[in-house]
Amino acid sequence: MFRFIVKRLFQLVLVLFAVSLIVFLFASVMGNPVYLMVKENAPAAEIQAVTEALGLDKPLPVQYAIFVRNALRGNFGKSYMNHLPALGLIVERFPATLEIVVVALLLSALIGIPCGVLSGAYPKSRFSRGIMVFSIAGISMPSFWVGMVLIYFFSLHLGILPVSGRGTVGTFLGMRTSLATLDGWRHIILPSVTLALGTLATIIRLTRSGMQENMKQDYVRFAKSKGVPRRTVLFGHALKNTLIPVVTIFGMQMGTLIAFTTITETIFAWPGMGKLLIDSINSLDRPIIAAYILFVAVMFVFINFIVDILYVFIDPRIDLQ
Amino acid sequence: MTAAGRSGFLRTFLDSEFFHNYKRSPSAIIGSILVIFVLLVAILGPLWTVQDPYNIASLELRDAYKPPAWIEDGEARFLLGTDQQGRDMLSAIVYGSRVSLIIGVAGAFLASLIGIVFGLVAGYTGGRTDAIIMRIADIQLSFPTMLIALFLMSVLGRGVTNILISLTLVGWVRFARTVRGETLSVKKREYVEAARVIGLPNVRILFKHVLPNVFASIIVLATIQVGNFILTEATLSFLGLGVPITRPSLGMLCNNGFTVLYSGLWWVSIFPGLYIMIIVFGINLLGDFLRDELNPKLK
Repeated sequence: MFRFIVKRLFQLVLVLFAVSLIVFLFASVMGNPVYLMVKENAPAAEIQAVTEALGLDKPLPVQYAIFVRNALRGNFGKSYMNHLPALGLIVERFPATLEIVVVALLLSALIGIPCGVLSGAYPKSRFSRGIMVFSIAGISMPSFWVGMVLIYFFSLHLGILPVSGRGTVGTFLGMRTSLATLDGWRHIILPSVTLALGTLATIIRLTRSGMQENMKQDYVRFAKSKGVPRRTVLFGHALKNTLIPVVTIFGMQMGTLIAFTTITETIFAWPGMGKLLIDSINSLDRPIIAAYILFVAVMFVFINFIVDILYVFIDPRIDLQ
Repeated sequence: MTAAGRSGFLRTFLDSEFFHNYKRSPSAIIGSILVIFVLLVAILGPLWTVQDPYNIASLELRDAYKPPAWIEDGEARFLLGTDQQGRDMLSAIVYGSRVSLIIGVAGAFLASLIGIVFGLVAGYTGGRTDAIIMRIADIQLSFPTMLIALFLMSVLGRGVTNILISLTLVGWVRFARTVRGETLSVKKREYVEAARVIGLPNVRILFKHVLPNVFASIIVLATIQVGNFILTEATLSFLGLGVPITRPSLGMLCNNGFTVLYSGLWWVSIFPGLYIMIIVFGINLLGDFLRDELNPKLK
């Protein structure tokens, strides 16, 4: 276990190095932020001053070294736009993103796994066929479109759910979250359903194919003929052996969900870090983009790490060495 | 059905297990009908649309904000209504679908090309080359494709060429992985060893003896990727990081429509999105069938 953790930490460093280099190189190619900060027709001296203030006059390797040194201290520079520390802005908005991701993940697990188990166990039934059509439709729908349809139907047409924003934010376990208030929950429903749809479809498909394989195995037949109740066979025996790929997918889906919050948050004007990223891209706010990508990279490596550990608990046959 | 009198190839195809299964799979038939419909609309559509949506001169502002024909105030001329500038939504969707389809197909083609080359090289040569290519692939795969595409587009800027570059860079990995895996297993077969023993050049072995055996998987993957790429492009365009406004794709149309959704003009954004779903749904139904038939191992 210890060796595994050390190996993983080494990997983390490698990934972060690669990502930081790529982010840095691309960011320095991308548009010149100086022109966004000075007035039109600014004198050359002012442009020069701003360039120097941002450290953009130094050679690239030096800029990169400074970037890494500062990044290690958690300092990604200040946002070009509102002059606040970039990492601080992201961390501040992280809870808002986390809450729709968590709700979306729960939704897709609680609906997706039972649906996948049932449609995998009885693939010929009408219910299963319906589920399959739904899941293919689910991965075929653009998520921004789902969001728009939901907004139109529930907010504008029926008028029962709010259009956008995070609603009243309460305090829960010391964290400021919408999950603590009823109004917050009303706001969170549409964004997280929008976000969950793609993941839900993927989870159903995966659970289903895993179940189909396992239902043919001898141990399932044996359990059935022994007279074990049907529900125990499905959810106890077969599902247990299907969970490995499902857990992997959860890890991967977590990443996809975080990526897709950029879209969901844009549509629902949800003040999370996804919307922050899109806003920063539109205003060429490099420090924020760089901090976002690295923040997310660390998070993904961490999620993968947790997933690997979970394997051992689900399937003791797996040896992490 | 009598196969007598048909040409050899067609007869083999009609008698094949593939075609037999196809006839008995409703989802495959629906999928192919949708795909053929979408292609016909894209190719022939401009012949019967009421206007050329790109030609500003043909738009009239008094036609703006018309709802679909079946709703009060709607006009039969504008079946799916008009947008803020008096643009017929049906025409805009027909033209937009061409942009979306071309980007999806071209993107999948380019990504498969790059992926095939890297996959073949990695699988066939093995050793350090293989390790390096696969390590890059691993790192890339640990990031969601959407995020990478977003990042690339933010660096490259809007434009069809830039979208194709992004899609290729994002999509080559899956092709490379699949091709590499299959190359590894094909490499050990007798006929490849025989070809090597008689001294055929590596390039010839790769393209004449290895590639044809990997082709089925590539077809499956490419089909699925066309659908994925259409969705990715639509999303990027929706966020304003995709195609330029002058040649709107379906995603761009949604972006335009979103600004007036709150004023109740739902048709401007809902219909283009619905059509994206129809296109991708058809492709996915077909892709699922192809995967089950040609390569059940592929997920």
